[in-house]
Amino acid sequence: MQNKEKKVKKKKGGISYAKWGYIFILPFFITYFIWSFLPQVLTFVYSFFKVYTEGLNEVAPEFIGFGNYADLFTKTIGDSKTPTILLYAGNTMIMWILGAVPQFLIALLLAVWFTNLRLNIKGQGFFKTVIYMPNLIMASAFSMLIWTVFNPTGPVHMILENANLVSKEYDLFFSVTWARGLVAGINFLMWFGNTTIVLMAGIMGIDNSLFEAALIDGANSRKVFFKITLPLLMPILTYAVITSLIGGINMYDVPYILSKGNGTPNNTTTTLIMFIQRLLGPSKDYGSAGAASVLVFIFSAILSLIVFKFFISKDGMKDHTKKGGKRK
Amino acid sequence: MSRNKVKANDYLSVKGRTMLLISRIFVYTILAALTFLCLFFFYLLFVNSTRSHGELFGGFTLMPSTHALENLKNAWTDDSTNIPRGMLNSFVIAFSSALLTTYFSALTAFGIHCYDFKLKKAAFTFILVVMMIPSQISAVGFVKLCNTLNLTNNYLPLILPSIAAPVVFFFMKQYMESILPLEIVEAARVDGASEFYTFNRIVIPIMGPAIAVQMIFSFVASWNNFFIPGMIIDKPNLKTVPIMISDLRSADYAKFDMGQLYMLILLSILPVIVVYLLLSKFIIRGVSEGSVKG
Repeated sequence: MQNKEKKVKKKKGGISYAKWGYIFILPFFITYFIWSFLPQVLTFVYSFFKVYTEGLNEVAPEFIGFGNYADLFTKTIGDSKTPTILLYAGNTMIMWILGAVPQFLIALLLAVWFTNLRLNIKGQGFFKTVIYMPNLIMASAFSMLIWTVFNPTGPVHMILENANLVSKEYDLFFSVTWARGLVAGINFLMWFGNTTIVLMAGIMGIDNSLFEAALIDGANSRKVFFKITLPLLMPILTYAVITSLIGGINMYDVPYILSKGNGTPNNTTTTLIMFIQRLLGPSKDYGSAGAASVLVFIFSAILSLIVFKFFISKDGMKDHTKKGGKRK
Repeated sequence: MSRNKVKANDYLSVKGRTMLLISRIFVYTILAALTFLCLFFFYLLFVNSTRSHGELFGGFTLMPSTHALENLKNAWTDDSTNIPRGMLNSFVIAFSSALLTTYFSALTAFGIHCYDFKLKKAAFTFILVVMMIPSQISAVGFVKLCNTLNLTNNYLPLILPSIAAPVVFFFMKQYMESILPLEIVEAARVDGASEFYTFNRIVIPIMGPAIAVQMIFSFVASWNNFFIPGMIIDKPNLKTVPIMISDLRSADYAKFDMGQLYMLILLSILPVIVVYLLLSKFIIRGVSEGSVKG
């Protein structure tokens, strides 16, 4: 490719088209600078300032160094001794894991089944269409729907009553297990289809002769899965887990709508981003919100790195892991 | 799937065939259960949006009733939730974002794919690195910036940022590598076309399928977006659909006509469902192509 470009240029007798490259990528970089880079810098800078408001007006911010960070690690709510931000980080991670574990297990199973020639699953187009659909549904509308059907007057609550699983007045959204479970359930339903399709693409990218050779050598499907499919799928699986993790840390719409923004019951479904929204929206505490954002960023970076290390440390995979799967 | 089918079944013993049958039954059972799980709530939504308030409190059924039009009329003309306005607002934002994001991502990809310049590698690496940074963590600065520029209750901060979409850029770049030979660009130059003309009249049509699929994804993403719009929009007539859904949740639901509430939820997801039902094959192929990142 590189050679071809050089040739193209030479033929034109030394006219340089380089400036057009710059012109064409300029809008992207200007936009990125204003709407992403600047906000990132502002968030970082504000994390070192205390912002006071008098009525509706903002008074000049005061530099307080790491004061906001120190506050975040000392402030607690209720009887809890754990700092609020750590409680919310815990909520976020618990709800992510509750949804992500079944999401990846089911997606792996489905991807293997769909690509298994011996099984030869019929109606794949239909199944893929159905399982991917929830991914496109508006998360807030989906959550609103789940709340409407699971609240004490809703139809699913009626079904549970008839099955004698819950009593008539019992509000599921005031049970920690149910509230977190429903958040995780929605996330699971929204994402397992997407993951299945991504992993399927990964499996189909594996050289088919490997599977054929294994089949001829008499390997059973479990062996094929653990010795061929899984190791070669690792780069894409790692990428998918990290993407899911980052999405999980930024969880907002679902718990916000289900709990009316309050993180009920008793802030056990309040996520990190809901916390930032509270600091930012009602209380206009840009300083603390900024510090919390910086911490969330560091938290995501560290966790992503751990996931990355965990998935590639298994030997023999080093060659495939660079840049998340170069195979086409 | 263009795999050579190994006729493995032909070599199986009777025992092997029975095992295969059992595993097939198991697999189809799981698939049926997942299908049920994915469709049940939406089917319930559909059924309940056709039932009246009284019927909804009367008990649970899976048979549609006859009050769909009545609920639709009530939902459409409701004073507190102006859903037609919300849908129009969401549509304007989502459609403009989809146009900008696909055009400029293709343009950026073209700039990096077809030209040789000093900062080419650096620019490409930069976009790859920032691809994973989520927008939520810079929300503080974003809101602050909008306040400073007097752009709250304005659609510009919701539309303009879509010009810089690293993920869409990446998809376009990959697509270009697979289908756009540089000779075409060179041929256009020889014929006297300007660089912009080449991009708009030759490259864009060739990129058609990639642009279409990314337009759908960015439209849906923008239509569903709740976090950022919820922070900078609070004027009633500027609210988008997700903000209205959130308002519904905060309202006192004891006063609601439940049939109307179901209809409102249905309306908020209907455009996406219709597009999906028409183009699901195309969309799923897009997810699959976008996933094999290199």
